[in-house]
Amino acid sequence: MEHLTFDYAAQRVVKARAHVGVVGSGDLEVLLSPHDAMGARVIVNTSVDGYAHIWKSVLDRFFTRYDGAAVIEINDFGATPGVVALRLAEAIETAEATEAAAPTPPCTAQPQGGAQ
Amino acid sequence: MTSQLTSPPPFIARESFIEMTARERARALLDKGSFRELAGPFDHHTSPWLPLQGIVCQADDGVVIARGTIDGEPAVVAAIESAFQGGSIGEVAGSKIAAALELALRDCENGHPVRPLIVFETGGVRLQEANLGLAVIAEIQSAIVALRQHVPVVGIVAGMVGCFGGMSLAAALCSRLIMTRQGRLGMNGPEVIEQEAGVDELDASDRRLVWQLIGGAQRVATGFADALVDDDASAIATAVHSAFARGVPSAHRSQQVDAYLARLAQIDPQSVTPESMRTVLRACADDGSTAETQS
Repeated sequence: MEHLTFDYAAQRVVKARAHVGVVGSGDLEVLLSPHDAMGARVIVNTSVDGYAHIWKSVLDRFFTRYDGAAVIEINDFGATPGVVALRLAEAIETAEATEAAAPTPPCTAQPQGGAQ
Repeated sequence: MTSQLTSPPPFIARESFIEMTARERARALLDKGSFRELAGPFDHHTSPWLPLQGIVCQADDGVVIARGTIDGEPAVVAAIESAFQGGSIGEVAGSKIAAALELALRDCENGHPVRPLIVFETGGVRLQEANLGLAVIAEIQSAIVALRQHVPVVGIVAGMVGCFGGMSLAAALCSRLIMTRQGRLGMNGPEVIEQEAGVDELDASDRRLVWQLIGGAQRVATGFADALVDDDASAIATAVHSAFARGVPSAHRSQQVDAYLARLAQIDPQSVTPESMRTVLRACADDGSTAETQS
């Protein structure tokens, strides 16, 4: 198991939090919550050692499009970079949907997946 | 979901319960809009033991506890997430279930009945947490026994993991159990039996045989579970409503020790078959409640 931390610049305040995914085989859990400081911090706990450079590439790419001041905790159980990117996108979508629906901070976790 | 105006094919009309995560299951079982999670992932009640063994934690330790209403009545759901460590019960995961049941018991004793519902999807105790997991499963079991005097304790075994080990005993203590055909309920899993007793005792790769022994249809036919329901979220929610509506059984299965021992004595281990099990055990499912099948 490896712990990694990454910091990125942010441009706007995040008001809602989101929880998506499970720590199951080939999957990961993402917990996104507002950050006190105007910056983004990503904390990764991963079951696979030695892939810090891949995590950096995936997150660098993600943060070219995302500018929220969020703390993003990731509990990873061997997800591929593609799955990581999808879960991150899902977390953002869930948080933004919550933010749009309720301007005040919500008090419960959000549903997972998008069974539309 | 409820309107059948255009009557699409069944597999489209259905919303698979098995494919849902534990959180989605809890949400689907509570009345719409009433789901309120307790001790959720942002509270970070994680296992202190897994990181010491190099295993990544899940923020809710694999158990979702939610308050809400079922049929308008206050309810608490404990749903186990099978994708995290096989739905295994560690110290934190089990404590969340036990505490939810104990709080429901306190409410019941104070004259505020709470409907307790457990969604079993578990291989039993989490081996990495050994005795701590076993101890907390005992707490869950004693909470079920205390609580079922006040309200029916309802369990669901939907699959595909099933319900095994100490948690199968917890399921057996429930007032009513709802299963799907895909669900399995047993003390030892087929692989464990094959490993310990040999392939002559049980071939774990023989799926037909395994489900004939411990599958939902057999468990309902032999009276160890009460309702056989399709893998459909609204069908399962309906079965939950009717399980609670029927109230506390006059005698729980686990109180009918003599009746079950007498039936066991009739079974010849050399010649027993799934069919003969049904003949011998069907009569035990009494207390006026015959098994219901919804399909």
